[in-house]
Amino acid sequence: MQARHSIFRTGFVHLALIAYTLISLFPVFLTIINSFKDRNAIFRAPLTVPTPQTFSLIGYQTVLGQGDFATYFQNSFIVTIVAIALVLLFGAMAAFALSEYRFRGNTLMGLYLAIGIMIPIRLGTVAILQGMVAANLVNTLTALILVYTAQGLPLAVFILSEFMRTVSDDLKNAGRIDGLSEYSIFFRLVLPLIRPAMATVAVFTMIPIWNDLWFPLILAPAETTKTVTLGSQIFIGQFVTNWNAVLAALSLAILPVLVLYVIFSRQLIRGITAGAVK
Amino acid sequence: MGSLQLKSIRKAYGSHEVLKGIDLEVKDGEFVIFVGPSGCGKSTLLRTIAGLEDATSGSVQIDGVEVGHVAPAKRGIAMVFQSYALYPHLTVKDNMGLGLKQAGKPKVEIEDKVGKAANMLSLDPYLARRPAELSGGQRQRVAIGRAIVREPKLFLFDEPLSNLDAALRVNTRLEIARLHRSLKATMIYVTHDQVEAMTLADKIVVLNAGQIEQIGSPMDLYNRPANVFVAGFIGSPQMNFIDGARLGDTRAKTIGIRPEHIGLSRENGDWKGKVVHVEHLGADTIVYIESDQVGLITVRLFGEHRYAPDDIVHATPMVGSMHRFGADDRILA
Repeated sequence: MQARHSIFRTGFVHLALIAYTLISLFPVFLTIINSFKDRNAIFRAPLTVPTPQTFSLIGYQTVLGQGDFATYFQNSFIVTIVAIALVLLFGAMAAFALSEYRFRGNTLMGLYLAIGIMIPIRLGTVAILQGMVAANLVNTLTALILVYTAQGLPLAVFILSEFMRTVSDDLKNAGRIDGLSEYSIFFRLVLPLIRPAMATVAVFTMIPIWNDLWFPLILAPAETTKTVTLGSQIFIGQFVTNWNAVLAALSLAILPVLVLYVIFSRQLIRGITAGAVK
Repeated sequence: MGSLQLKSIRKAYGSHEVLKGIDLEVKDGEFVIFVGPSGCGKSTLLRTIAGLEDATSGSVQIDGVEVGHVAPAKRGIAMVFQSYALYPHLTVKDNMGLGLKQAGKPKVEIEDKVGKAANMLSLDPYLARRPAELSGGQRQRVAIGRAIVREPKLFLFDEPLSNLDAALRVNTRLEIARLHRSLKATMIYVTHDQVEAMTLADKIVVLNAGQIEQIGSPMDLYNRPANVFVAGFIGSPQMNFIDGARLGDTRAKTIGIRPEHIGLSRENGDWKGKVVHVEHLGADTIVYIESDQVGLITVRLFGEHRYAPDDIVHATPMVGSMHRFGADDRILA
């Protein structure tokens, strides 16, 4: 009885998951198949896979032939990676301080840092732009990195401080008795133990940054600092849109973020199983 | 080398006072145990000695040197935690050697000391393993090894046996006792288990609600408890407390008699009563008796005895076994 019930239930769960996977993957699938077709085929039969007659690499040729796309990818990559690194570093440090030390205003500080989750950073766009102009940072990747770091920190501090509280006090105290400095306790004892949480935060931080169009458009629209998302927009005109190129550019843009995701999710799984065995 | 003086240590969290003025002297080589119910402040006191907590006021001296503002690593102490607190990503060897490595000791010396400690605790086969690959008992031995390697003036143990099962607890207890004899080091040990306290300690410090109730050797505490709290805390089953007035004693408010100091007979005796419950433990038989004169009392008989509930029995306290406590709960001279 119990077994049948559980088969039924897991079957249902899997059905729901499969349905969800299909729904979320369908647009990606559509983008990818159409990026390999010629223009007529895209419009005549958008839902069919490319056949020998309709197969065409014209989109990829346009994108890669433009030459600048390598720079766009590089820009996106630099911005995303550096912003993630800064978010993880400062987020974890702030979370450690909030969860480990008792000081006046601790709770208030935690709340202040968490408020950022609720207020979208885009509300401050004008002020940010004015600040960047004053600091001479417009059209630099630094501007984007700073904004994205600020954008990612609240959630990072929130998630990581919860996880830090679960790290045993005895372990940290043992480190103190063995003569580790507070920095070594943080980097060598605490960080390795909350690696799964770090991976989660990295994934949550990475996707909005990679996909963002708003801040690149406003803060760094110059040719040398364009990101992939912004770069793809050149194929979308007011009257004519080069769909082959747009779809090819989008398909290419999926790849790096997919690689990053695989790296982080590996950490995630490793962390989970390590906990389970212990 | 390794004496400790505590002078009027107080510790408060906000308005809540956890330690209310602790004075204590520990001599070199002594094995001192802090014992008391949970929440009595014994762990806080240990952490204050270690420097993991700062005392609100008072002074801590190790070997006559004030260490109130010295970092834990520089106090010459080593600590063993209840949860082992091993570094999960380091091997047993690195776990044990980390303290020395941090102190900048040469590699050869670290190898040598870790080797000796591992030998002492028979941990040699496990040196290359990580803590996750060890059993609970082995982990606690590694934690003890980590303490030995540092060659501290003072060993601090924070309920080290609480996470072990009963059989391992006895083994590890013996191991710690053996270690104390061979290292001749000063050890301070916190536990809520009075059996550990009685078996290991040279000197027991009984704490209650942030204050020291009594300091003495295990047999001192058993034979001459200073007050009702210590009398009730040391000894198992607990001492019987009888209202002084019921025994016609006008000076004593409470009279205490240990269960093992009461004889039982079916024919005659001082207090007649009915057996309520009997526990047969093999070596002991514990008999609970409801008597008209003194209320519910516990009697511990050695060996096997065939008493059953509802039997009528007569209990007689042994001569000179009564502890008389005054109105302030302290022992009467």
